[in-house]
Amino acid sequence: MLTSIKTNEFRGDKSKELGMMYFRVAIILFGAQLLMGLIAAIQFIVPGFLFEVFDFSVARMVHINALVVWMLYAMIGSVYFMLPDETGVETVGIGLGKLAFWVLTAAVTVVVLVFIFVQVGSGTETSIWLINEGREYLEAPRWADIGIVVVVLIFYWNTFATYMKGQRTGIMTVMVANLMALAGLYLAGMFFTDNISMDQFWWWWVIHLWVEATWEVFVGTLAAYALIKIIGAKREIVEMWLWIEVLMLFGSGILGLGHHYFWIGTPEYWWEIGALFSSLEPVPLIAMFVHVLYDWGKEQGIAKAEGHKGAVANNTPALSWIVTNAFGNFLGAGIWGFFHTLPQVNIYTHGTQFTAAHGHLSFFGAYATILIGMFYMGIQYAYGIERLKSTFKSKMAIFLLTFGVLGMGVALTIAGYEQVLVERAELGAGWNAFFVAQDLPWYVQAQLWRTIMGVVTFVGFIYLVWDLLTIGKQAKAAQEA
Amino acid sequence: MANKNVSVWTSIPFWRRSAAWVTGFATILLIWLTFDTLGQISMGTDADLKNGVTKRVPGPTVINYKIGYEMSAKRGHEVPTIGEKQPFFGKEWSEQEAADLLHLGKLTSQAKNCMDCHTLLGNGAYYAPDLTKAWIDPAWQKGGPMQGMTGKNTVEEAMAEFLQHPSQYPTHARMMPNLGITAKEAKGLVAFLKHMSSIDTNGFPRNFSKTVDQFKTGGTNAH
Repeated sequence: MLTSIKTNEFRGDKSKELGMMYFRVAIILFGAQLLMGLIAAIQFIVPGFLFEVFDFSVARMVHINALVVWMLYAMIGSVYFMLPDETGVETVGIGLGKLAFWVLTAAVTVVVLVFIFVQVGSGTETSIWLINEGREYLEAPRWADIGIVVVVLIFYWNTFATYMKGQRTGIMTVMVANLMALAGLYLAGMFFTDNISMDQFWWWWVIHLWVEATWEVFVGTLAAYALIKIIGAKREIVEMWLWIEVLMLFGSGILGLGHHYFWIGTPEYWWEIGALFSSLEPVPLIAMFVHVLYDWGKEQGIAKAEGHKGAVANNTPALSWIVTNAFGNFLGAGIWGFFHTLPQVNIYTHGTQFTAAHGHLSFFGAYATILIGMFYMGIQYAYGIERLKSTFKSKMAIFLLTFGVLGMGVALTIAGYEQVLVERAELGAGWNAFFVAQDLPWYVQAQLWRTIMGVVTFVGFIYLVWDLLTIGKQAKAAQEA
Repeated sequence: MANKNVSVWTSIPFWRRSAAWVTGFATILLIWLTFDTLGQISMGTDADLKNGVTKRVPGPTVINYKIGYEMSAKRGHEVPTIGEKQPFFGKEWSEQEAADLLHLGKLTSQAKNCMDCHTLLGNGAYYAPDLTKAWIDPAWQKGGPMQGMTGKNTVEEAMAEFLQHPSQYPTHARMMPNLGITAKEAKGLVAFLKHMSSIDTNGFPRNFSKTVDQFKTGGTNAH
């Protein structure tokens, strides 16, 4: 994978090289995520598919874990990538960083192999430690949890020490503070309790405070960095916006955690707190969208006024993905999240395909998009390209991936809507109610469309990999000609 | 540093300070609420059950009681009710036995990865029914199709039988796979499910299985 990016192509920046190592694994895991998603989607419409061989629970577990892990890889890679640019110094512990990379990659490989081949264990502590923790998104067994903490500590030390040594930009200040929260929150998911309410209370501390708080701030920070790099946005403006985004994201997202505490045994006051703060969560996402478009338009306008022709961006595929991120974050996380965030609505939508629709649109819109943008920045750097332009393959990749995920989101929304009406509102959510709703035409057709759109997404992924493998070499040849 | 003459709205230090204050304030509020919530969702004891003390999450010995789910006029939604004593697998479980059984059940629910097909308290995957109130689901009660299919006479025995041999009792083309659940683990899982059904979930799921009678006659008004 991506072997065409030879290390000798690098212009001597070890930190960026380390970042690229993380990007490569991220892309492989992204592919694994999509394959597992396809298997799980097929199982919805052909229930006997791989039954008792590779069951839905296994496909789904690897699907969501590959998702989280590829994103963490791409995030760590992005930080190593931006560190030397932002701090002005070389990352302090490259050797240690490489060691951590190999340890993490070996651990991830073992975990995935155990998930795929061992699948489940007996009802003992040993299973939780060695096979599967069985808590959605946090299935990694406890030994791997501890390994992840160690690796993340090494990564964090690298980032922090480099920050302290070099210049401390606003972007890096936010990054360093946010990463500490992001890493620390993982600890909230590392214990066992017999009390399922207590279990889910802390489980949400990890899941929610990652994806609706610290990961969002991470995206804001990354977008700030990328806007400066790609379109030459003015640092003062970008950094001021970043602080406003932090204010709004944490101001709404931290207490927005309450929208997961409506029905898990927690007190009723979370209805009001969760509803109020999570309703505010789309506001910073609108702000981020406006900000990206504003900066893009402004820099393009300045370039035009100065008589330059063509795009202001020195990396059009990366900018396309970042603009898609700005809109996708608002649509998938903001709009689709707000749809079912009020308790009056959520009592019917909670645990239906509505959640799956929101999950697909938001993980793609808010995170996958900007991280793919970072892959293109990596390619541009690796080959020393001054202006990287979108190819036909870049355009096919962004179109098919976006169209495919959007299609899946719409299909799952329809399936969820039917579940809300029939299974929840009419029949009251029992065993039979569930299966009655699963068999109605709206639901069955929606699942079929979801699978078709999943295939479209996968074709988009193939274009993406193909493009990433070839665009650098082509652009370099064109540049030298 | 922004120029002192410029408006505060374009001052980076102003926004930085504001971000820090808002984040700090939200965090402190969350921590304070967390302490309150943890107190409210800590598991009750056997003494609480005996003395009729209502806990949001009752103690493990709740498996010795009949559990219902009834509309509360005061709260405006259904709440779990803990009724008279009811044998569980033919006996009354001591505090220690019940705690051990629940422990085994919770461990098994994780080791078998229930949550990547089912939802528990509404969280998990959406491939199989929600298990929050599975214990009181009419399908598992006397006369319900699930209990009838397994040929058992109690909810717990029917559930335990199903869990050990799920693909022998298909209720739909989409079946539960055999996960190698032992008889002991199955008992634990049923205890876990019964305990979960006694948790006060603020009325989720709403109008739970209100069309019970229609299920029994094999009909629904969804067609």
